[in-house]
Amino acid sequence: MEQLYQIEGVNLTVRMPTELDHLGAERIKKETDYYLENYHIQHIIFDFQKTDFMDSSGIGVVAGRYRLLNLRGGSVEAVHVSERIDKIFHLSGMHKIMEIHREEKKDERV
Amino acid sequence: MREYEKSNEMAIEFDGHPSNEAFARVAVAAFCTQLNPTLEEVADLKTALSEAITNAIIHGYEGQVHKIRIECEIRGNAISVAVIDRGKGIENIEEAMQPMFTTKPEMERSGMGFVFMEAFMDQVQVESRPGEGTAVRMKKVIGGQA
Repeated sequence: MEQLYQIEGVNLTVRMPTELDHLGAERIKKETDYYLENYHIQHIIFDFQKTDFMDSSGIGVVAGRYRLLNLRGGSVEAVHVSERIDKIFHLSGMHKIMEIHREEKKDERV
Repeated sequence: MREYEKSNEMAIEFDGHPSNEAFARVAVAAFCTQLNPTLEEVADLKTALSEAITNAIIHGYEGQVHKIRIECEIRGNAISVAVIDRGKGIENIEEAMQPMFTTKPEMERSGMGFVFMEAFMDQVQVESRPGEGTAVRMKKVIGGQA
């Protein structure tokens, strides 16, 4: 099975699910927080390579982890972000508090 | 048949379980394909719908599983979608629709749900009565901006 969470030093990479909605967000939140509680993590890289859908639940996950890490002096970033997801990040003002790296994407599915 | 005469309706009702959200998004997106929407328009519709359904589950029913009804209507080149629950209703609709407003910060709700609905749809109307439920009615013109 593909590794969804990867720790390298103080960095945690989280591979976001295809559908980051209410259901997907709850799972990622729970799992990510397990790593935050049990390892010394200072930086989270949310990888959106596989994500075709995200709603405000996804913003809740990223903003919530940002708050947790900010308290530890850490940070979060997003990588492989599609145009669509970038738009949602922008609408939410997330680009002001974190680095968001776009990706010219593969074929976008409906 | 001429474009403006085109009219079509669809309704679905399902248990307000989070795992049904993806099903509902896909069902409405599939219904909408007859208007030949762009990928962007479909994504707009799915995001707005997802926000309304999540609200019904989390706020309307507060996590309990009850029925959510979705009514869709295509008229001309516009699709109207209503998301209806019989949950606890919204006390103050205006306040609920403010950006970043959430009654559930502990659940890390971003308070952006209505903002997204309004950003991605052409019209959003909310009818709600405390103790009786909420209906979110949204409309989007497909092919509006070329």
